[in-house]
Amino acid sequence: MLSDKDRIFTNLYGQADWGLAGARARGDWDNTKAILERGRDAIVEEMKNSGLRGRGGAGFPTGLKWSFMPKQSDGRPHYLVVNADEGEPGTCKDRDILRHDPHKLVEGCLIAGFAMGAHTAYIYIRGEFFREAENLQGAIDQAYAAGLLGPDACGSGWAMDVYVHRGAGAYICGEEMALIESLEGKKGMPRLKPPFPANTGLYGCPTTVNNVETIAVAPTILRRGGAWFAGLGRNKNTGTKVFCISGHVNHPCNVEEEMGIPLKDLIEKHAGGVRGGWDNLKAIIPGGSSVPILPKSICDTVLMDFDSLRAVKSGLGTAAVIVMDKSTDVVAAIARLSRFYAHESCGQCTPCREGTGWMWRVMERLVTGDAEIEEIDMLLEVGYQIEGHTICAHGDASAWPIQGLVRHFRHDIEERIGRVKAARASRAA
Amino acid sequence: MAKLTIDGIEIEVPDGVTVLQACEMAGREIPRFCYHERLSIAGNCRMCLVEMEKSPKPIASCAMPVGNGMVIKTNTAMVQKARQGVMEFLLINHPLDCPICDQGGECDLQDQAMAFGFDRSRFLEMKRAVKDKDLGPLIETHMTRCIHCTRCIRFATEVAGVEELGATGRGEHMEVGTYVERSLTSELSGNLVDLCPVGALTSKPYAFNARPWELNRIESVDVMDAVGSSIRIDSRGGAVLRVLPVLNEDINEEWISDKTRHACDGLRRQRLDRPYVRRDGRLVETSWQDAFAAIAARMKGLAGTRIAAIAGDLVDAEAMTALRDLMSALGSPHVDCRQDGARLDPACRAGYVFNTTIAGIEEADACLLVGTNPRREAAILNARFRKRWLAGGFKIALIGEPADLTYKYEHLGAGPRTLADIAAGRHGFAQTLREAKRPMLVLGQGALARADGAAVLATARRIAEGHGLVCDDWNGFNVLHTAAARVAGLDLGLVPGAGGRDVAGILAGAASGEIEVVYLLGADEIDTSRLGRAFVVYQGHHGDAGAHRADVVLPGAAYTEKSGTWVNTEGRVQRGAQATFPPGDAREDWKILRALSGALGRPLGFDTLDAVRARMAAINPVFARLGAPARNNWGAFGSDGPLEDAPFAGPIRTFHMTCPISRASETMARCIQAAAAETRRATGTHG
Repeated sequence: MLSDKDRIFTNLYGQADWGLAGARARGDWDNTKAILERGRDAIVEEMKNSGLRGRGGAGFPTGLKWSFMPKQSDGRPHYLVVNADEGEPGTCKDRDILRHDPHKLVEGCLIAGFAMGAHTAYIYIRGEFFREAENLQGAIDQAYAAGLLGPDACGSGWAMDVYVHRGAGAYICGEEMALIESLEGKKGMPRLKPPFPANTGLYGCPTTVNNVETIAVAPTILRRGGAWFAGLGRNKNTGTKVFCISGHVNHPCNVEEEMGIPLKDLIEKHAGGVRGGWDNLKAIIPGGSSVPILPKSICDTVLMDFDSLRAVKSGLGTAAVIVMDKSTDVVAAIARLSRFYAHESCGQCTPCREGTGWMWRVMERLVTGDAEIEEIDMLLEVGYQIEGHTICAHGDASAWPIQGLVRHFRHDIEERIGRVKAARASRAA
Repeated sequence: MAKLTIDGIEIEVPDGVTVLQACEMAGREIPRFCYHERLSIAGNCRMCLVEMEKSPKPIASCAMPVGNGMVIKTNTAMVQKARQGVMEFLLINHPLDCPICDQGGECDLQDQAMAFGFDRSRFLEMKRAVKDKDLGPLIETHMTRCIHCTRCIRFATEVAGVEELGATGRGEHMEVGTYVERSLTSELSGNLVDLCPVGALTSKPYAFNARPWELNRIESVDVMDAVGSSIRIDSRGGAVLRVLPVLNEDINEEWISDKTRHACDGLRRQRLDRPYVRRDGRLVETSWQDAFAAIAARMKGLAGTRIAAIAGDLVDAEAMTALRDLMSALGSPHVDCRQDGARLDPACRAGYVFNTTIAGIEEADACLLVGTNPRREAAILNARFRKRWLAGGFKIALIGEPADLTYKYEHLGAGPRTLADIAAGRHGFAQTLREAKRPMLVLGQGALARADGAAVLATARRIAEGHGLVCDDWNGFNVLHTAAARVAGLDLGLVPGAGGRDVAGILAGAASGEIEVVYLLGADEIDTSRLGRAFVVYQGHHGDAGAHRADVVLPGAAYTEKSGTWVNTEGRVQRGAQATFPPGDAREDWKILRALSGALGRPLGFDTLDAVRARMAAINPVFARLGAPARNNWGAFGSDGPLEDAPFAGPIRTFHMTCPISRASETMARCIQAAAAETRRATGTHG
């Protein structure tokens, strides 16, 4: 269990002041100038040493990502874009950072921007986060007033501007290329890669898109050292992470914990355990709606980090733990997610546009059992036809929950179909 | 150059091409829907997926630039599976109404479904239905068939330059449309129908007319403007059912304007199919002999100086050759091919053609438009300007009427005064022209068809000479014509001879009685009310202004009904082909003139088409060589004189009706109605 001294987000629950004074009391903005004075390469190197992996879901090493930005500008400006369009069902970690600890993010913007040669950072915040955007803008205004941002940020001589842009409520705008399109004022449709944003991103300029949590932990890592961060968690899955625990637990919460904590410990220690006890557990989605569901047997032992969850064919994603007890109709739960993915498909690529709706409709029939056994395999196959055939990962994300469901709860679906068939046969007899 | 391996074949391709293009170079056909060579890459249909070594997922070949050492496979199980999957997705919500779809038989989806599809469906849910949109009188929509390739959106935005089409809605609710329902305002909108890979956008005038395999196809040349686009004429029985573009990189790429495409229904209306003679004030049907006899009777004993001839805008060079020879045989110097009175100077060919060439626009880096609205006068050429402008580094300025040309330009002034300023180097744009490496100037008919036209022409020549527009390997002086027959007419010297009258002079002579016989060869754009008491012979294909006024009507053939020669505004000699037969008793025009010459006792010296063409080439050797125009020698043309202050006025007010064929076209009339309705429609935001 993470000891309090190693906690990064010390105001995650909003018990203290979110403003500049409170943030300073928590150690933020403490001699940021000295961090910048270490120089660009040293900062990127420190980030690499920390082993931090992107907190937005894909888990790409952050230091490496920063190092992709051109060392010398070719005349085009560089941009840092912070993805605060937190829309993954079950996830609410960025929200608490934005409203209770916004200065961590703002300071992170300065440091990350400096490390990638960007003078401008855009924070693309989910439109529904109204109060959060107010606090964030408040924090930015305070930082400007205190000279922490602006033409000579923190007295370092580095000019840094941070802007907040509010989204309009499309889930797909959380995809980095769609986010860039949306930020440019276009329809939020993912762009083709290559070219990659580190070369041609926002307005055709070198751009790095990072998650809120990734940027917000950067100042603390640089203050306490990459080695400290790397010392937490497991090899290649280092540091701390904010977990969002929701569903059938006694105390749903956000909690910062060490990477690699056993899933069972996480729920029992921080969320008051599963409703009705651990044995009442049916299944858990460990990383936000897009990762495959895990049955209790795996949840008993699995560790919460990128590689452990991958080994059980799921994923850490955004670390949004959705707990379902035995009262849950898992088929209906996944069908609801299928509907969500069908609704949020941007409609650009054929497989995702047509396939997500198809899968959702078949899922709805599986819920009632009004289907043929063969349709289960057909559903999987449709998923494989979508997965990996689209511009962005939305198609993959729509297929994974269903794959997880069939992998672990096939008997449940087959039983239902059998029941409906038997009922029909007896009516006919 | 990049070296890559495609299905085991090593191939070297230029840098910057896509994997899809490289595959084609290697002889591997890649199925695709959204990809189009002339549009930006969307990469959204996912049909062109191929396998790339070291990539766990198949890649969209249309969007992937080639890299050295790439190993691409296009025939593996993974690729097959991917294509089959995408095809299945495309078809689940496609209505499969091929038997009642106009695209049937020329449908990309149909063809590719045959090659890559399943023969049955696993989709048990309800299919999606989408409300049809009204895009105006040319485009019929069946939006349920749409596969969301976005080619139409990209064409409208990029090539046509009108941001009127877009997609609304998300996911399976995505719909292509015009946001607020309206007709498209582009002159190139008909091309959307060609681009649509399915039957979502089909041609409204052609709806349910024919199946592609019933049609006779023949490649020919368009005469609706002076661009001379390459077209394919599809006919069945005696009727031209549709006109489609033919790929021609030098002229129209693969687009044609709406008038070129859709005015063809005018070929079936208002046709002159019998000779007529006016008796007691009424035109009555008669025989050819009778008509010729009437003309011969009127001309008997008449001095050549009392006879005049005007050649129209659509006439082929063969007919003009015959007219020229007949008039000189009759001893008349009064011939003209410039109905609008443009002060074009036939003395120097470089002075009346588009020397830069249409493809040459892409090399230019500065352009001065004078008295022209290329969007209306030559929509295809305007698309080339836009293409060049989009590429960047192209400064355009306009002297004349300001209009939306689909690209940004600097409006320098309205009339000749600004032109004179530039010629004298007093204007800022003179500097731009001088500094440009490949400067060009386009002189429209609006600047020439006026009293000071010759002086405007001379001023433009001075600009060309004084600002480096003409050099060894570049000629930036251009005249943009609006009439398909004009350049050939000038090449044949169909202008007043010594002591001859031009069009205005002929009209004045007819009014005063000095000209007693006027021969109108397809000339309908003159003010026929000023022909006075002259005996008017009209030879042409449509019952338009000329025939209305005529005393004798000789029915000729329209451009689809004869093998004729036209010279486009670049000076490119092109040959059209006969697709159908002229209606009724109508005949090819040179034959009519040949027959008439016999009836008048002055038989012309040719009896076959080949002999006419030999005569043409003897008059002007340019006709001996079809295709790319030769470089014209620079010389003196135009004449100095006072310039007026009046602003340049465009020669074309309505794009859709400029000739007898388009005026007879019901479709063109609908287009005008729709455009008028668009301008009338005001919404709350219009105040």
